[in-house]
Order: sequence, then C-alpha cells, then structure tokens
Amino acid sequence: MKRSKPINSSSKAIRSRPKRQTAGELRDLQRLMARAVMRPLTPAAKMNPRWTDGTLAKNVVASFIKPNDRLTSFERLQLYNRQYWFRLLDCLHDDYPGLQAVLGERKFSRLAREYLSECPSASFTMRNLGQFLVRFIESNPKLVAPDQHLALDMARLEWAHIEAFDNAAKTPITADEMRAANPQTLRLGLQPYLTLLRLNYELDDFLIAVRRGQGLRHEASNAMENRRERLPNKSKKFHRSKAFYLAVHRHRNSVFYKRLRPDQFALLSALQQELPLEAAFAKAVESANSAKFQPKQITKWFQDWSALGWFCHAAVVKPKRKPRCPPKTNSL
Amino acid sequence: MPANRFNAFTDYGVGIGLRIPHYQHIFEKKPVVDWFEIISENFMCDGGRPLEMLDRILEQYRVVQHGVSMYFGSAEKCNREHLKKLKRLVKRTNTPWLSDHLCWGSVDGRYTHDLLPMPYTFAAAKVTARKIRETQDFLEVPIAVENVSSYAEFHVSEMTEWEFLNEVVERADCGILLDVNNIYVSSFNHNFDPFVYLNSIPAERVAQIHIAGHSKYRKYILDTHDHPVIDPVWKLYARALQLAGKTATLLEWDDHIPSFDEVHHEALKANQFIQQSDTVTT
Repeated sequence: MKRSKPINSSSKAIRSRPKRQTAGELRDLQRLMARAVMRPLTPAAKMNPRWTDGTLAKNVVASFIKPNDRLTSFERLQLYNRQYWFRLLDCLHDDYPGLQAVLGERKFSRLAREYLSECPSASFTMRNLGQFLVRFIESNPKLVAPDQHLALDMARLEWAHIEAFDNAAKTPITADEMRAANPQTLRLGLQPYLTLLRLNYELDDFLIAVRRGQGLRHEASNAMENRRERLPNKSKKFHRSKAFYLAVHRHRNSVFYKRLRPDQFALLSALQQELPLEAAFAKAVESANSAKFQPKQITKWFQDWSALGWFCHAAVVKPKRKPRCPPKTNSL
Repeated sequence: MPANRFNAFTDYGVGIGLRIPHYQHIFEKKPVVDWFEIISENFMCDGGRPLEMLDRILEQYRVVQHGVSMYFGSAEKCNREHLKKLKRLVKRTNTPWLSDHLCWGSVDGRYTHDLLPMPYTFAAAKVTARKIRETQDFLEVPIAVENVSSYAEFHVSEMTEWEFLNEVVERADCGILLDVNNIYVSSFNHNFDPFVYLNSIPAERVAQIHIAGHSKYRKYILDTHDHPVIDPVWKLYARALQLAGKTATLLEWDDHIPSFDEVHHEALKANQFIQQSDTVTT
C-alpha cells in the first residue's frame, strides 16, 4: 500500500512557507494554550469570554486555534477548558467526600475551584491534586467560614487517608531488634504511610460512613469524562472537643483510623522526630503533661504498635515536609 | 515470527484495560484473558493496595503498560524522577513494550492532566522525537506512541496529523500504538477521510491497536470510552489489520464501565477481524 513519505526539509511545499515554528515558539504556544485551558469557567460552566487582560478571549483564541465549519476557535478550545475543570473537580470530589459532606456541595465546589485556580496540579498524577489543600484552607479561612476548624480537620484527615493508602512501607523493626537495642541510642522511625493527627473534631466514624457510601475512587485514564453525580450533604452536628488524637495508617493494605490517648500521641510524636528512645520518652512525658509512663503500659503499647508494623529504622525515613502551594508562574 | 521489528507480539491477541470494578471478578473467576493493559500512573506509587493488586494480576496474566502523563510533546525536558518511577514499574511488570500519547499536557511544571493536541510543526516533531528517544533509552523497553483524539487544530501547523506522526516516529525510531477510534473521532472533528490517515501511516511500525467507543454530539465527537465500538471504527480496524498484519489489540472502556463479561465480549469481537486478516495474509 502506498503511503506518504516522511516529510523532509527539502519538500517544495514546505520550502515555500514563510516561517517555521521554533522550539521557543512551541513553548510559548503551549503556555498560551495552557493558560486558556486552565482559566476558571463562568458560573454557567462556559469558557470566560474575557481574556486575562480584559480583551475578548475569542480574538486571542482565534489567533492560534483554527475554526471549522461547525465550531468557532473559541468553541473548540472551550471543549478542553471545560474538560480540564470537570476532570480535576471530579478528582477532588472523589478524594475529599468528607470535606464535601461537611461543607455542602456549593461551598465545597467554590473551595475546589479557588484552590485549583491558585494551586494548579504540580504532579504527573492526580493522586497528588489535594497535596496543598490544607495549606490553602489555612490561608483562605473565609472560603470555609464559619466551619474553618472543622474543614481543616477533615482536609487533614482525608489527605492522611490518601497518604496511608499508597505511601511506601519500610521494613518494620522486629521486637527482637528493639529488645536488643540500647534505648539511649535507638532511634525509631514511623512508617511513611502513618500520619498522626491532633484534631478538634471526632471525624473518624463520620468519614468511614461517608466513604462507605461513596463507591470506588476514580482512576486516571485518557478518556474524556461526563460529570458525576455528587454525594448528598450530611446533616450532622459536630461538637468541637478539646483535642482528639488519631493515627491514620495502613494494615494489610487497608486504611484504618486508630484513636490514640494523649500520652500515646505524645510518645509517637516524639518518636516521629527520630529522637533516641530514651529522649523520646522524656519529651513525651513533658509534652503529655503526665506523670511517668508505666513500664507495663508502655510494653503493651509497643507490642501493639509493633504488631501493626508501625516502627522502622529512623535513618531510612525522611521527615515529612509541610507541603506549600508553589507560587504561580507568570506564564500561567 | 514478528510481523516487523516494532511488532514482535503478533500473537498477543486481544486484551482489555485492567479496571478496579473488575478486580473481584478477575480474582474470583480467573477468566482467560490474553493480556491486560494497565494505566502506568495508577501503579506509580510506593506501596499499598494498588501494587498488591497488580502483583496478584501479574501472577496469572500478561500485562502491558500504557501511560497518560509522559507528554512527549511538551516543550519541557523529561522529568527524571518520573522516569525513575516508571522504570521501577517497568521492572515490576516486565512489560514487553510501553505506550504513551503523541500529545502534550504540561508546561512550566504545571499539569493539565489532559492529552492536548500538538501543533503539527517540525519544531514540535523534533522536540517530541528527542523525548521519546530519551525515554526509550532510559527505560530500555520499546516505546509505541498513540495518536490522540483531538478537538482543536492550530494555525501554526505545517503538516497533517498523519504526516506529523510519520515525522515523529521516523525521527524517534519508535513504534505506533494505532488508535483507530481516535482516528475516527478526529476525522469527524477535523473533516478528513480516516482511511487517508490509515493508508498514510507507516504500517511496519504499528506495535499495537486500540479500539474504543465514543460519544457523538451534533457538532463534534468526544472520546469518552464509555460505549461499544461502532461499525465504522470496526471497518477502520479491519483496514489497519490489512496494512499492519496481526497485531496486539486492546479495547478501552474507562467510564460507565459495564460488567467484566460485557467488556471482554466486546473486545473479543476483534478476533474475527484478526482471523480474517490472518487468512488474507496466509
């Protein structure tokens, strides 16, 4: 079967073209298109008719996108603009059903739109789409008012859930290794999938109930998507407590929320700082504001946590950095 | 015998995409499936259930990796951390080849998570081909690039889509994952004859074929992967087999996913075309 030859630079038709795109112009074009695709939609879920400088967007778009006999340049690009927002908003809805339930659909959607406008994805995987959400809520409490603390707690819990789901698991330290080690020098680390949370609200049971009704997490694929149905709002009153401690972890590849006592939380937090065991105990006693830990009690805790595989060697675990939404580049 | 140097897997048969709603059925019923295609990004994590599920699948099935985020056409350089993660997965799955799209989707470290269309220019072809070569060298596995569905075209384009595909794969010396549904979708959206496209591609580079369903609207078609394959796409598939010979084929079904049996049944319709092409070749 005859097929067209690969194009080469000596082609007569090509030679007659006045100017070819350069690699720099390719980058500029991609920046321009990305800016258009990532611009927030109007309330009617259409592409914004005004460009960033206030001029008509249709003129800007027409400068680089061809129309066809059925759609204008603006309408063609709008397909990408809408799909961008539908896809990313759906992902946040999938990953934060609890936050959606406590805020309500309307407030959550506004938060998600503002968040994605300020913190567009900086990762190849949509799994990380919400990595800056806690920081964003902290910086923009009005978006979740009057439930700032509740929203923050839920966002922390749901990000911890994502981390627990598929973060790495290091080789656990065995009980024998621990018994044989010198407590003055032994530094324990906690598994990368384990997050310790100090919350103001008891949200664990609520989130379990919400997730149970949510269905399956959406996968990455290369297909365009239709919009999904939303979860109904949960009309529940939450009572703020003094402090509520939780370990979000993974066991046999399922995510669990384990309630902790304040002194347990203090001890695990000290261990997470990779202090030597003895120093960690001292720090935990101080921060828990409690009398000395009972040896029998400590032994039982360590047995339980060890059985869950929470401890690993400190040297192989990097301390978690608090994520920050990177500043937007001018090009976007 | 391999049909060509990019298609060493002519007997791979017909696969389907590995999707979470089918896990239970697969583990319980252990259906006979030629192979599964996985979305690489869904398993480029460090631990947990996704990798456990993948390992269970790998115990019993052949798996081929298909990516959605390499963005060979993005002007920025390859992300080494991404490539390292991908290579770890390649070693885990032992994928015989790896595919991703002829598109771009990120700029200045920001990701659209979409398969955005390329401007069909020589500069873009050069950038894209260089990245494919780098990726192929790093991963040490053959790469096939997939033509995408598109909804927009650029004024700046200097050639047709199929000429661009030719230019890229020749420069990169890589294979093609020919998506006949995408050709159909784009042919409607951009008013070209899909058979002209098909007849113009270097058939000897076709390493795999995708088939899928889509959603037709009044003025455009969206590539939604949520319907059975329509007859015009089967006709394109038959023609592709005539040109490329027996080729590993995969049905994509990513949204409103029906039962495993329904998806598999739809995929296996491809066998009649493969058998026909085999008879013709013989």
